[in-house]
Amino acid sequence: MVDGATILQATKRPRLIRWSVALAALAGAVVLPQFVNAYVTEVATTALLYVVLCLGLNIVVGYAGLLDLGYAAFFAVGAYTSGILTAEFGFNFWLTIPVAMAAACVAGIIIGAPTLRLRSDYLAIVTLGFGEIVRIIARNLDITGGASGLVGIERPEIFGFKLMQVQHFYYAFLVLALLTAFVCLSVERSRMGRAWFYVRYDEDAAAGIGINRVSAKLQAYMMGAVIASVAGCLYAAKMTAISPESFTFNQSLLILLGVVLGGMGRIPGVVLGAILVALLPEVLRGAGTYRPLVTAVALLAIMLFRPNGLWPDKRV
Amino acid sequence: MALLEVRDLRLSFGGLKVLHDISFSVEKGAINSLIGPNGAGKTSLFNCLTGFYKPKGGSIRLGGRPIMGLAPHRITALGLARTFQNIRLFKEMSVLENVMSGQHCRSRHGIVSAILHLPSQLREEERIRAVGTHWLDFVGIAEHAHRLAGGLSYGDQRRLELARALASTPELILLDEPAAGLNEREKLDLVHLIRRIREETGITVLLIEHDMGLVMQVSEKIVVFDYGQKIAEGRPEVVRVDPRVIEAYLGSED
Repeated sequence: MVDGATILQATKRPRLIRWSVALAALAGAVVLPQFVNAYVTEVATTALLYVVLCLGLNIVVGYAGLLDLGYAAFFAVGAYTSGILTAEFGFNFWLTIPVAMAAACVAGIIIGAPTLRLRSDYLAIVTLGFGEIVRIIARNLDITGGASGLVGIERPEIFGFKLMQVQHFYYAFLVLALLTAFVCLSVERSRMGRAWFYVRYDEDAAAGIGINRVSAKLQAYMMGAVIASVAGCLYAAKMTAISPESFTFNQSLLILLGVVLGGMGRIPGVVLGAILVALLPEVLRGAGTYRPLVTAVALLAIMLFRPNGLWPDKRV
Repeated sequence: MALLEVRDLRLSFGGLKVLHDISFSVEKGAINSLIGPNGAGKTSLFNCLTGFYKPKGGSIRLGGRPIMGLAPHRITALGLARTFQNIRLFKEMSVLENVMSGQHCRSRHGIVSAILHLPSQLREEERIRAVGTHWLDFVGIAEHAHRLAGGLSYGDQRRLELARALASTPELILLDEPAAGLNEREKLDLVHLIRRIREETGITVLLIEHDMGLVMQVSEKIVVFDYGQKIAEGRPEVVRVDPRVIEAYLGSED
């Protein structure tokens, strides 16, 4: 028998270190724009966008174990909903967020309800198709601006202050990333979060112990969709112009890459993976035309030597 | 009225008949057993009772309520829990998290209240953890609560699976070969544990078991299966000398 105090100490110390590292990283992120030029801030903003998207996809892939190859579709649903409502109908940006969330939920149910009964590989193909369908619809509708996209999206205002510069959006994405991490952490440690892990590790045992697997999967899928849609709203506001080419299969793959690269299922790993996905193309800019080759070799090396990701879940 | 009432249950896979018109019942508060040679259809019957297989006909009633055709999670929520023949734990999760899964169908807070950290959600989490700890304590593995389930010894994994099923606060628990792979000492502990389940919680037990000694020791009634048919039913001392049962196990002389 180990007495309570020893267990408490053993679990407390790493937790203290973990929180110190997280706080230091946060402090670094807060002051970063004061020390670097606009280009670096721009790249860092992209990194934060990927943090939000990867955390969202991690709920689907990492928690519930569903392979989703069309996640960018929900990102697109958010961006287009917000973009159309502000540019065409003069909506206030902040009001478009709940509408986009609702739209993502509906899209999640439409695609998820019939397909989440399928086992993983079939689901992957259906989501792949869904991603392409959304992109092609956006290309062909008038309201989405067709292939050339949607322009003239309003910049958001907050308490009379208009978000204009790269720095402003950097902080907006930082707040969104923190909020997403908080939401993920809260849910991960709750009843529904555990249910996702039960379903991921043994679907039949989960059903046998009283978990509605289809409902659990659908909720993971919808929650992932909602997070992507909120990221999409802010992305549209930052870019002021969006086109279907921002939401390709490649985009879905990059987000998935971030989740797998860092170590799916665990928030610090996913954040690390997301940052790497955003930084890699910039760091490798010097490699010129060899860039795709160098990227591929680097990724293969990581997957060979750290198959569970760079910062894996201790459970696996 | 019997707690579990099975009437004329039929199951087939394609042209293969697995269960032929099975009828039996389990009284509330009883410890009953299903025995039979390998392939007799015992686990298939469990899978029908728990909703994993869809029977072709007949009826299954739990406390008077028809449960046939319901999804497995609905049946668990109505008070019928099970363990698996080959242990099916969530090996990558902690022992406590495993046993907490049993309370899923007895709790209700979802994503939104978890994000908002509602007081009622926190209380519910507290309760789920307390119930889990209680059952770990009941089966005697509370000191391993924070270890990974996959790292437990085989005997403790069996106990954990039992604790997990008990944590869903069932009325009836189905144990699929709980003694498989246990040594003599562990089997004795199991007999003790099964008796405690009934005496301390009032939960009814139905088990599938190959170990005749154990079956004869714990059960008041035994149902014997062979080739998907019920060939005998009754008290252990009656079943033990039934010629049909002896034939099923040892073969007939001619």
